[in-house]
Amino acid sequence: MKETVIKTENLTKRFGDFVAVDAISFEVYKGEIFGFLGANGAGKTTAMRMLSGLSKPTSGKAIVAGLDVFTQPEEIKKNIGYMSQRFSLYEDLTVIENIKFFGGIYGLSDKQIKQKSEELIEQLQFQNEIKKLVHDIPLGWKQKLALSVAILHEPKVVFLDEPTGGVDPATRKQFWEMIYQTADKGITVFVTTHYLDEAEYCNRISIMVDGRIDALGTPRELKEKFSATSMDEVFYKLARGAKRSDN
Amino acid sequence: MRIMKFVLQKEFRQIFRDKTLLKMIFIMPIVQLLVLPMAANFTVKNINLSIVDHDHSSYSQKFISKIFSSGYFKLAGDNPSFLESYVLIENDKADIILEIPEGFERNLTRENGQKLFIAVNAINGVKALVGSGYLNSIIMDYNNDIRSQLLQPTTFNLMPTIEVVSSNWFNPNLTYYIFMVPGILVMLITLVGGNMTALNIVKEKEIGTIEQINVTPLKKYQFLLGKLIPFWIIGMIIFSIGLMIARFAYGIIPIGNIGLMYAFLAVYLFTILGFGLLISTYAETQQQAQSLAFFFLMIFNLMGGLFTPIDSMPEWAQWITRLIPISYFINVMRMVVLKGSAFSDIQYHLLIVFVMGIILNGWAVINYKKTS
Repeated sequence: MKETVIKTENLTKRFGDFVAVDAISFEVYKGEIFGFLGANGAGKTTAMRMLSGLSKPTSGKAIVAGLDVFTQPEEIKKNIGYMSQRFSLYEDLTVIENIKFFGGIYGLSDKQIKQKSEELIEQLQFQNEIKKLVHDIPLGWKQKLALSVAILHEPKVVFLDEPTGGVDPATRKQFWEMIYQTADKGITVFVTTHYLDEAEYCNRISIMVDGRIDALGTPRELKEKFSATSMDEVFYKLARGAKRSDN
Repeated sequence: MRIMKFVLQKEFRQIFRDKTLLKMIFIMPIVQLLVLPMAANFTVKNINLSIVDHDHSSYSQKFISKIFSSGYFKLAGDNPSFLESYVLIENDKADIILEIPEGFERNLTRENGQKLFIAVNAINGVKALVGSGYLNSIIMDYNNDIRSQLLQPTTFNLMPTIEVVSSNWFNPNLTYYIFMVPGILVMLITLVGGNMTALNIVKEKEIGTIEQINVTPLKKYQFLLGKLIPFWIIGMIIFSIGLMIARFAYGIIPIGNIGLMYAFLAVYLFTILGFGLLISTYAETQQQAQSLAFFFLMIFNLMGGLFTPIDSMPEWAQWITRLIPISYFINVMRMVVLKGSAFSDIQYHLLIVFVMGIILNGWAVINYKKTS
């Protein structure tokens, strides 16, 4: 039996008359890479913000890591990691200072911080960069560092909000290797992206259109269901019906 | 507690790594404290006086030299006619014209009286008022000199006069900077405290790092304390530097208890940092924060009683000054530094500023919502 890490039932968020997220229901299992797709404005980020305790849902139910988003948002924060598209480390601190700071506020002991940062630096081959300001290292490296910092405290779930935006293909590939390693450790990866080739790398994907989840399954299932050859095609078939757009 | 260690470490690192900010925090107050009190001086000097002497007598010469020996006036032109002097006023080269009519000496000695004509350029009201005041008192003085000369034979003064002798308490020489330095120091603490805190928090909003902080288990109060404590300490340091400058550059030694000043400062910083915090909750960008802070700090500085006495403001303005925390601290600083006031004299000031601090900080914390 698969262990459920995220479970939502009719989760809804309204801003006035606007229904940003419209009664979505889905489950995500332990160690899974769950892709969360949708056009800009489809409600991905709002849904993710609710699941990470940043935004209170209007109605419905959601359990993350066994905790209720309505009543235990602060508890949830201890059990998740988060990395956003807006770069989220402190640029005016060095690599090692960022690691220590985030380790510290997640309540790791000095010994744990030391051990974790050594592992991380070894893994990322960052030996020569630890004393550099984050501002001065290349974007691809920053993003790899940000992911490592987001899972420093070994959360049950890590939320990645368009983590590979603006990164070259080679670095994106390395980044996805890191995502696989993360999932192998048993950390569930919940990732939003608009690179449809990346969707193929996910175990399962959901596609949001106008605040609803219109499709959910493995990439192969979805392609069969929509008789498409690629995720690109699946996405366009679904998105054609969308009423909301960027403008 | 352990978490606070990490938070404070981060904040101090960021502050001390930003060299421009560091200069703003430490160098700017020092420079301003050395420059402003010297420049912002209300003692009116260098009044440009143009003299039209139609008499050219020994009396008028004596009179003129008496005026210039006072040290307040500068000769702007010795003209034969009033019209020529008037051109000087029009060109802003003269502030006052003094016209000595023909027959000045003769009328004084024989007719026992003579009228003088003074024309004052009142565009700069303060200079006009003070300048003509000086001039009048010199004329009075001269008047008495002549009278005593002319009435020499009599052994007693025929005219009963009341002479007022004033002695200045607390600042006997009316030294301007003794009055200004404590006030300017308060202004600088307010600028640094209010502005820097607001900018610092809004910077995290603008860059987006606050989002990252919001998904961590870090509590709202821990984050805010991390922002306030460093600036509270920096405020204390600036104040100490300021007291040293006051001591060594101006020779100002507070008569009152220094501990009392620090106690008040501790509370005042709590209040003014709360003000900065409140600004940061309303601003989304550093530019907005800066404009908002500027608007209020401008009012604080101009209405806080630093440059103009609150007692001479209109009633409604005096009410506004009561809502301005800086006015209490300026008052207290002057009381303690110049008069040596004790705790019992400033306890109400302290209480009011503390209550303001509670309101500002409480308001800010309610406004600063971690979850939307």
